[in-house]
Amino acid sequence: MRHVLSVIVENKSGVLARVAGLFSRRGFNIDSLAVGTTEKPEFSRITLVVTGEDLVIEQITKQLYKLIDTYKVTDLTAAKHIEREMILVKVSINANNRSEVIEIVDIFRGKIIDVSDKNMTVEITGDYEKNEGFLSLLKKFGIIEIVRTGTVAIQRGTGN
Amino acid sequence: MSAEKMKGSKILLESLKKEGVTDIFGYPGGKVLHIYDDIYKSDIKHYLVRHEQAAAHAADGYARSTGKVGVCLATSGPGATNLVTGIATANMDSVPMVAFTGQVSSGDIGTDSFQEADIIGITMPVTKHNFLVKDVKDLALTIKKAFYIARTGRPGPVLVDLPVDVTVNKAIFNYPESIIIPSYKPTTKGSSRQIKNAIKMIREAKQPVVLAGGGVISANASEELREFISLTKMPVSSTLLGLGAYPYNDYYSLQMPGMHGTAFSNFAIQEADLLISIGMRFDDRITGKLDTFAPNAKVIHIDIDPAEIGKCIATVLPIVGDAKEVLKEMNAYLKEESIEAKEPWLKIIEKLKLDYPLTYKMDKNAISPQYVLEVLNELTNGDAFYTTEVGTHQMWAAQYLNHTQPRHFISSGGLGTMGFGFPAAMGVQVANPGKTVINIAGDGSFQMNIQELSTVSYYNIPVKNIILNNQWLGMVRQWQELFFEERYSSTNLEGMQPDFVKVAEAYGVLGLRATKPAEVREVLKRALSHNGPVVVDIRVVREENVFPMVPAGGAIDKMIGERGSI
Repeated sequence: MRHVLSVIVENKSGVLARVAGLFSRRGFNIDSLAVGTTEKPEFSRITLVVTGEDLVIEQITKQLYKLIDTYKVTDLTAAKHIEREMILVKVSINANNRSEVIEIVDIFRGKIIDVSDKNMTVEITGDYEKNEGFLSLLKKFGIIEIVRTGTVAIQRGTGN
Repeated sequence: MSAEKMKGSKILLESLKKEGVTDIFGYPGGKVLHIYDDIYKSDIKHYLVRHEQAAAHAADGYARSTGKVGVCLATSGPGATNLVTGIATANMDSVPMVAFTGQVSSGDIGTDSFQEADIIGITMPVTKHNFLVKDVKDLALTIKKAFYIARTGRPGPVLVDLPVDVTVNKAIFNYPESIIIPSYKPTTKGSSRQIKNAIKMIREAKQPVVLAGGGVISANASEELREFISLTKMPVSSTLLGLGAYPYNDYYSLQMPGMHGTAFSNFAIQEADLLISIGMRFDDRITGKLDTFAPNAKVIHIDIDPAEIGKCIATVLPIVGDAKEVLKEMNAYLKEESIEAKEPWLKIIEKLKLDYPLTYKMDKNAISPQYVLEVLNELTNGDAFYTTEVGTHQMWAAQYLNHTQPRHFISSGGLGTMGFGFPAAMGVQVANPGKTVINIAGDGSFQMNIQELSTVSYYNIPVKNIILNNQWLGMVRQWQELFFEERYSSTNLEGMQPDFVKVAEAYGVLGLRATKPAEVREVLKRALSHNGPVVVDIRVVREENVFPMVPAGGAIDKMIGERGSI
């Protein structure tokens, strides 16, 4: 099962290497990873998307906690939460299909940020499913390049 | 307070004093010259080893035999990388250690400067934590953190990397009395609710077995374990690192489980309906094939490291906490309401112990390695520290030595590091002056840190090295015999060995030899009474195997032994 883990760590050099090293050493896979500072400058948040059985996720969580620099690990999957990922996608276009592409971008509330005769670059933000849906619709036009930020997520309401 | 600034190298030495460090093991080099200059002026005793790996193992032996944090020091680059095997050994066996390494100047880091190695990157997966000190102002606090992390929770090695400018620059020395690391708060007290549930399960169990591991020893919980067993009257098996936690030859003792454990221990585990695992981590050398391990048993797992619970086998009742704290609380409840001995089960155990004892053959003309260990039991009366190298001799030492005290059997379990025993014995001896320290070695392993004969000779560290010399890399040879149709690839050392007696003598160390059973006792007596280091070359039966044996990945009740398949 797909899990979104939100990990609060010390904001200092080398911490990401410890987390990445832990995953490679113990044979856990990371589907996506996003790192940034938080409302408190001394902390960073690492949002990890991982896939695995419950026991594997439990091990990942415990091993993350074992790192001295880890403050808190939250599995957002079970809680009500919001996920977002931004994707920049460059898609092939021509005179005939340009309006069709624009229509799809509009439906998905994407933003066209660059356009030329032969291709168009679109910025889209959404959760995993929406983004995958968008990309699958663009496929037939020919996707030239995709750049993704990795998923970030936050719990809804007043949850900590 | 005086606001006079102190050099980083001096801050290091003063911090070590604040931590109560009296002995360190190390090797100098370009990037630790300032530190060595302050060692020269300090009353902390520095032991110059002949290879940095030995410094780490010595610090390890020092720590395991005392429970204090062991300290080693090496220069940058190759000095630091030579420590790695020793650090990894300590990490696998949860040994509190702080390793200091020199580093090129902070401004030069990343330029492939002379003797530069990214020791932080290299040791990240083999330390509990590591630090690169970038500013001399952070030095004292970092050392405080390093010692705190090394000794608390599940102990482990911590490395502190010191760029040379940090040792040269000055800061005001202010060593914190106490420290709180908000992201690091090990749980020591077990949940009382869980502990009560555990007692209920023990009460209801018909065929329980206790598995005691290294965690019992590192928590100094041996007394509590002994009381726990006397209150519950359950059979108890000790892992390699747990040997000595419970008296080895006691009625309730099952001795060691696993690959080279006793058959009765393995059979008991397979028949158990409840396992109470304390400070052990279900290593594959204990469990064999996981699916077949203890098929009828529910598991109560007591461990200070939550990540160990459920890592290898499913646990019905986890208790996260320090073994000493948890056992104390259990004992308190048990004293209020006692548990009856499970007599039918104890009768089964009695019979298993009678039917499947450890056995070996005695020959009039050839020395059985097991016999040497039995003679040592007699001569030392159990009052000796033992270290081992890794291989067949190690397993015989585990099987045949009479382990009665915690912290007295010191062996590389998790990493299985050949070359560990001799330098570890140096550390044990430095920490325990006046005590008998014996390194049980194989002829292969002993040569992996044989250069330390120079160290023990110079400082007169009276370690007794007993080489059970079969002129083979015996454990690998055993596997080749059993699983590779006797193709002895690169394991026969016959004709390739040095004369160990002459080697010892060349270093100024007493060298002795025994080639016949009749000589063993006298030679060992001489070695033990000699006031100085000794190497005893004991020529043992060449093709002796360690039995019983569970083939790797097998079920632990499917053992091979002297009588064929057990």
